[in-house]
Parts: sequence; structure tokens; C-alpha cells
Amino acid sequence: MMSDFLQFAVSGVTVGAVYALIALGFTLIYNASDVVNFAQGEFVMLGGMGTVFALQAGLPLPLAALIAVMGTAMIGIAFNKLAIERARNAPIVSLIIITIGASIFLQGVVQVVFGKGIHRLPAFSGDEPLRLLGATITPQSLWVIGGALVVFAALYLFFTRTITGLAVLATANNRFAARLAGIDTDFMMTLSFGVSAAIGALAGVLISPITLTSYQVGVPLALKGFAAAMLGGMGNPKGALVGGVLLGVLEAMTAGYLSSHYKDAVAFIVILVLLSVKPQGLFGLRTVNRV
Amino acid sequence: MRLSHKYSALLVLLAVVAVAPLFFPSSYYYRVASLVCVNGLAVIGIVILTGYAGQISLGHAGFAGIGAYACALAPVHLGLHPGAALVLGALVSAGLAFLVGRPILRLKGYYLGVASLGFGILVSMVLTNESAITGGPDGMQVADLGLRGWLAGIGLRLTTGQFWYFVNALAMLIGAWLALNLNERATGRALRALHGSETAAATVGIDVARAKLSAFVISAVYASVAGSLLALQNRLVTPDIAGYMHSIEMVTMAVLGGVGSVLGAIFGAAVLTLLPQVLTAFDQYEQIALGLIMMLVMIYLRQGIVPGLLALIRGRGT
Repeated sequence: MMSDFLQFAVSGVTVGAVYALIALGFTLIYNASDVVNFAQGEFVMLGGMGTVFALQAGLPLPLAALIAVMGTAMIGIAFNKLAIERARNAPIVSLIIITIGASIFLQGVVQVVFGKGIHRLPAFSGDEPLRLLGATITPQSLWVIGGALVVFAALYLFFTRTITGLAVLATANNRFAARLAGIDTDFMMTLSFGVSAAIGALAGVLISPITLTSYQVGVPLALKGFAAAMLGGMGNPKGALVGGVLLGVLEAMTAGYLSSHYKDAVAFIVILVLLSVKPQGLFGLRTVNRV
Repeated sequence: MRLSHKYSALLVLLAVVAVAPLFFPSSYYYRVASLVCVNGLAVIGIVILTGYAGQISLGHAGFAGIGAYACALAPVHLGLHPGAALVLGALVSAGLAFLVGRPILRLKGYYLGVASLGFGILVSMVLTNESAITGGPDGMQVADLGLRGWLAGIGLRLTTGQFWYFVNALAMLIGAWLALNLNERATGRALRALHGSETAAATVGIDVARAKLSAFVISAVYASVAGSLLALQNRLVTPDIAGYMHSIEMVTMAVLGGVGSVLGAIFGAAVLTLLPQVLTAFDQYEQIALGLIMMLVMIYLRQGIVPGLLALIRGRGT
């Protein structure tokens, strides 16, 4: 009984850590530019696929992962420069279509360059599971959870201890006022896209040994990460962490105790119910509409 | 005498629909053109919801799925005629839109987008998982509408392609006529007012919640009927019709063509329906091309292809 519960909790937290990273990526871009980036899942896909192919080219795993993450960050920056910056002040529907267009475009490119095959990465430190109070946990799960914790901690320090981090926060708060204070808000946006893409790619590298990867894995992950971000409240990194882990655990519990078919429905049922009751998410602020 | 915008738009549409078959060398063209019309019908609903009322839905394929599966299931389980099943599907869609619309239309922008997206995904998930009833991912057969046989009986012989082209074109024309009428009426004015500013619309006495809800319900019926027609034409439904990609496709068609006008949105439906047929020659580059077109149009012709090009031409004239 107890060991079942623990087992579900462990797998839930593992998946939840990935959702949290994707939600964090959404949040960073949303804060900097008010854009919800539907191509966020493609960053995850690019991280996984990039590592697979760098590895096949004969590079060692850490270097392959580093190249994939940096490459994805460059793609995120290019996306901001070439598309998002040029569509300033466009209506929300147009921005949604631009980011979905980017998502379809990136999938198309990966499909042409790397093919349609499904790939797997080797686990970072073996497949020997560890035992914990009757539940088993793979070393890769620990890598995923640990990786997410490091990213969140690093970002927390960045936002509270560095001038650049504070400038990003100021831009998120009020772009106009930030510009008046001498902050280069365009650079903050570029930075946010780069960091967000890198975080997404890292999530892809960490999870690929568990879930496999192909050019198609991005969209479902993006939708889950999106749901997690909304669950916590858009634009709040703490909300991304709580929303992601909560969603992962709820999914694992649903799959374990109720129905594995409807595991993927949890995210959207929770979103529909929560947004009906509390439209700003768990940690979101109420906004007032000024005329 | 100058024709009003409404009648000139309808005349253009009627002329194109009537003249187009003269250029169809094979039944394949009828088939593609009938798809254009059925997609055109669905996007008129998006024009009412997004173009008139300014609300976003990323889950309208859910209603198309309900319409489609109504035509597949009702004749088997309830013994209904497929035509009556279409009406039943539209009623169910309207009822569901009413129930779901109430809470989620209080949300704005991205939040509304995600809530509606969640609704659409839930519908497609039920259709996929309840395989005992729906046939699961493989889908199920749909009964014959029977109208073509009846027409042949009274001496009007049409090929399947021709028949569905005319049925769908007629449905699209009626849909366009209703939408253009709506635009001139009080409801249409209320929708455009709340599109501009909800607060301002409320101040002049418009029941904002009700106006938004009616736009949502009407657009759901459009999507549902389009889904039904598609199912009846294909004689087969799969859960893909309710999927995320289909929802995105509908919105993209409308916005790419120009979501503010019925003609623009239908043009967008035509472009996006024809595009894959043209791009099959480039096979694996299809997705790259589609993604690029979506981004470029939205960056450089923000109001959509039709209004954007018109503005460019006018700008050059003066």
C-alpha cells in the first residue's frame, strides 16, 4: 500500500520536475515579453535530439549535452530577434499563431535533418535502481529532480543577487518604467528567450533517457508545461515549480489509482476547474482592468 | 445604386462557387473544393467569435468532433437519420458550449485560450479512450446521408465529388449569409463594442457576458455542422477531427486570411486547404513551409492576407 503510494509519488515528482522546468521557461518569456510561447516544447525536443546526434557524432555525453543546450539557446535568441521583436504589439491571436508557426517550422526542420526516428539517450549513471522504503528510484530520476532544483536555485540567486536579474524583473514589472530607468529592455527580452530555451533544452536532455525522444515530443510537453504554469499562476517562477510538481504527482496518482487512459486529462480538468474558480491561478495576482 | 457590403460579399462568394467548377478537370478537384467549403463554414464561426467578439478559442475542434461523432453514433444507437443526427450534434454542441462557455468566457486572452484548449483536448481524449462506443483511435464508419441517391431517383445524377461540393458550398453560403446578417443586427454591434472595450460596452448597457456567450454558442454550432458534413462526406470519423491540431488549423485559417471579415477568413480556409495539396510535391518540406508562412504572414500582414493586401494596394494608390 504505502510502497505503491511512494512509488507513484517518486515517478510523479520526476515528471513534475520536467513540467516545472518547461513552465519556468514559459514564465521567463511571458514576463519579459507578454508572449506565451507555444514553441516551448520544441526547445525540449531540440535539447534531446541535439544531444542524441552530437553523441552519435562521437562526442562525449557532457559535451554533447552542452552543445545541444547552447545551440537551442541560440535558436531561442534567433526566434526572438527574427519573429517576436518584429511582431511587437500584435494581437494575442497573431502571437499565438507566430509561436505555433515556429513550433511547426522547428519540427519540420528536425524531421528533415535528423529524420522521423525515435531515439534514446543512455542513462547518465547506469540503470541500477535504488531502493527507498519499498519503492524503487532510478538514478536518472535523481538526475532530473536534482537538475531542476539546481536550475531553480540558480535562477533564484540570479533574480535576487545580480543587477542583470533585477533588471529582468524590472522589465517584467513595467517595461516603460524600466526603459526610463536606463534598462535595455530589448536585451532583457533576448536574454529571457535565450535562458528559457536553454532551460527547455536541459529538461529535454535530462528526461530523454527515461521517455525517449523524436521530432514530435514537443507539443504534448508544451501543453503540460503550459497547464503547470497556469496552475501556479502565469509569470511567477515559484508558481511554475509548485504547479509543475503538483501536476506531475496528480498525473501519477491518477494513472496509479484511477485510469492510465485518462492520466493526460488531469492537467486540463484541473485547469478548467481552477480557472473557473480562481481565474489567476494559485499564485497569480489579480489584475484590474483600466479603461 | 451601391450594394451594401453584405450583398457584395455574398455575391462575390456565390460567383466564385458557381464559376469554380468550370475549371475542375477531375473529381479530385471537386473533392478538394468541397473541403475548402466545409473548412470555410467552420472558420465563419471563428470570425463571429474572434473577429467580431474578440474572444480566442483553441478548442473549437472539440465541437467539430461532437458534430462528426453525432453523425456516426446517432444512426447506430438511436436509429436517427444521418441528417437528423447533424441537427442533434449541433444541439449538443450548443448546449455544451453554453455550459462550458459560462465559466471560461470570464477569462481573457491566453487564459481563455488555454481553458478552451483544455476543453478540446478533453473531448478528443474521450473519443479516443471510449473505444467500446467510438471505435477508439481507428475511428468508425458513418452511414450514408442518402440524399445523393434520392436526387438520382428524381433524375439529378451527380458524382460523389460533385454532390458534396454543392452541399458544402450551399452550407457555406448560408453560413456566410447568417454571419453577415448578424453583423448588422444589435447582437453584432454589441459584439464589436465589447471587442473594442468590455468596460465601455458594459457602461452603455450591453450585457457583456451574454453577448460573449452567444458568440461562443453560435461559433460552436458552425464548427459542429462543419464536423458533421465532413464525417458524412468521408463516411469515416477518427478522433483527429477533435484534436489540438485541428483547433489550431481553424484559428490559423481564419486569422491568416483575415479574421475581421467573412470573405477574408474563407480565403484563409482556401489557402490552408490547398497548401498541403500543392506542397505534396515538396513532401518532407511541407511542415517547414507551413510554419514559415504562418510566421511571415502574421509578422508582415498582421490583419491577415486579404485585409493586409487591400491596405497595401490602397496605400500605393494614394
